[in-house]
Amino acid sequence: MNIVVLIKQTFDTEEKIVVQGGQVSADGVKLIVNPYDEYALEEALRLRDKHGGTVTAVAGGPEQCAEALRTALAMGADEAVRIEPAPGDDSASIAAAIAACVRPLKPDLLLAGLFAVDTGAGSVALQAAERLGLPHVSAAVRVEISGGTLIADRDVEGDVATVSVPLPALVTAQQGLNEPRYPSLPGIMKAKRKPLRIVGRSELAAEAASPATSRLSIEAVPPRSAGKRLSGDAPAELAAELARLLREEAKVL
Amino acid sequence: MSIQCLVYAECKDGRLRRVALEALGAALRIAGEDGAVHALVSGADSAALAEAAAELAARGAAVVHVADDPALRDGAPEAVQAAIAAAIEAAAPDAVLLGHTSLGREVAPRVAAAIGAGHAADVTAIEPGDDGGVVFARPLYAGKAIERLRIAPGATWVVSVRPNNLPPAETLPAGADPGAVTALAYRAPTLWTTVRSVVRKTAGAVDLAEADVIVSGGRGVRSADGFAPLQQLASLLGGAVGASRGACDAGYCDYSLQIGQTGKVVTPQLYIACGISGAIQHLAGMSGSRVIVAVNKDAEAPIFGIADYGVVGDLFEIVPLLTNEFRRMLGPATT
Repeated sequence: MNIVVLIKQTFDTEEKIVVQGGQVSADGVKLIVNPYDEYALEEALRLRDKHGGTVTAVAGGPEQCAEALRTALAMGADEAVRIEPAPGDDSASIAAAIAACVRPLKPDLLLAGLFAVDTGAGSVALQAAERLGLPHVSAAVRVEISGGTLIADRDVEGDVATVSVPLPALVTAQQGLNEPRYPSLPGIMKAKRKPLRIVGRSELAAEAASPATSRLSIEAVPPRSAGKRLSGDAPAELAAELARLLREEAKVL
Repeated sequence: MSIQCLVYAECKDGRLRRVALEALGAALRIAGEDGAVHALVSGADSAALAEAAAELAARGAAVVHVADDPALRDGAPEAVQAAIAAAIEAAAPDAVLLGHTSLGREVAPRVAAAIGAGHAADVTAIEPGDDGGVVFARPLYAGKAIERLRIAPGATWVVSVRPNNLPPAETLPAGADPGAVTALAYRAPTLWTTVRSVVRKTAGAVDLAEADVIVSGGRGVRSADGFAPLQQLASLLGGAVGASRGACDAGYCDYSLQIGQTGKVVTPQLYIACGISGAIQHLAGMSGSRVIVAVNKDAEAPIFGIADYGVVGDLFEIVPLLTNEFRRMLGPATT
């Protein structure tokens, strides 16, 4: 099975967001593989180990995102590809570049995380699937392959739907799909010798799309501050006081 | 400048979802006096579709297109996408709006890519731009930042709106003519997706993203049974139950309840956090709530730093007492 996994490098979820000069500051920020993409990578590795084949990790981004690709290789991916960014890139232009890059790889299965924890949009992988003419299954919490069919359990707002689609297809990974492995030390050493190819945007020009959105501004949201503290020995009184405040002061009930 | 809008009005369990009315409201505001707002409903239950269409027509949609076909029964995304494509052909909109729901999230990007549109996902505010255009505000980093973006001139807009953030379309005043309801010329595509089964874990429950009240449990709940008092309080208040990652990881509840940066982001009127310490990732998922209450035995828990009302106490004592207080306060009609 030829498996391609789309990954993204994002800020660690612990990071506070600082906006400087109209941009999010990356100073001193810890970068990680998008947590949802880790589920996708792990599933790819498991399926490869079960059905045979190769796993190629693909990321769009600047030089530093090679680190995320090396992590993927260290986890066990066989090859990695970094697609160069372009000014003004948005979900449309990136998805077009990814589709152009992935098409010749002829994947049997394309995996991606449900969304990236920075943008939260969950748009790129699905736009790429549309451009590639692939069916998709989103928010998968269990995946199984039988012959040329993919069967998956999907999380649909708390309900679980079992669906099947023919391969090749895109699957996006929801939390709970699996527990991603940590890269082992031997894995990290091997990763240094695995191929990491860089693809320039001019190579992908035939299928390029211009960005269809532009960011006007970005602002950090001020954190909330503490309000009233109720404490004491009589829980019944605390509960009564809280109920009263919620009704009369906060007016939520 | 008139902006033609098409609203995909999602139905669930035979009824219009609230976010569909919120998307319609947004479309009406964008379209302005001169623009027309069309709506689309899709499914296989003719009676339910007719009812949903009538409601949209009574709330300002000038034309409601009905796609009624067996292929649309199970929610296969390509079937819904084809209905939207057919409605786009019929209505020639400048903007397509829908809810950022499980279905909206998987269909909107494909619709956008198919027509070269700009996709603004999970929009929480729609504002007039400085130069007369429209600006979409949406959260980044699970709400730690807000970006404002516009869609490129010449590109169609595909906008998915976050549930529970924008005002819904109101019923037209008495005497106003409702919109027209029309059957959509819909040809079902060859389906890729077979829906083999659906396990309804949430039948009848309020969806987290649409809930006005959420009672949420963390590791302090200590077991799956520990959620019972939280469920009672939530039910009494007509709300939903959520959880922190800690509670899900510990196996006290399903991951589908998880609220946080790698879970759901919610914006209820009232969020009651029980036995939740308040890790940054959890706060990212709920700090947009209007009022936050925290109940925790640990006076140093970080959640108290953002709670409007913090109660230092044992949730197993406080929560049932709170339920009783509200039951008394809200009157004998509620149980």
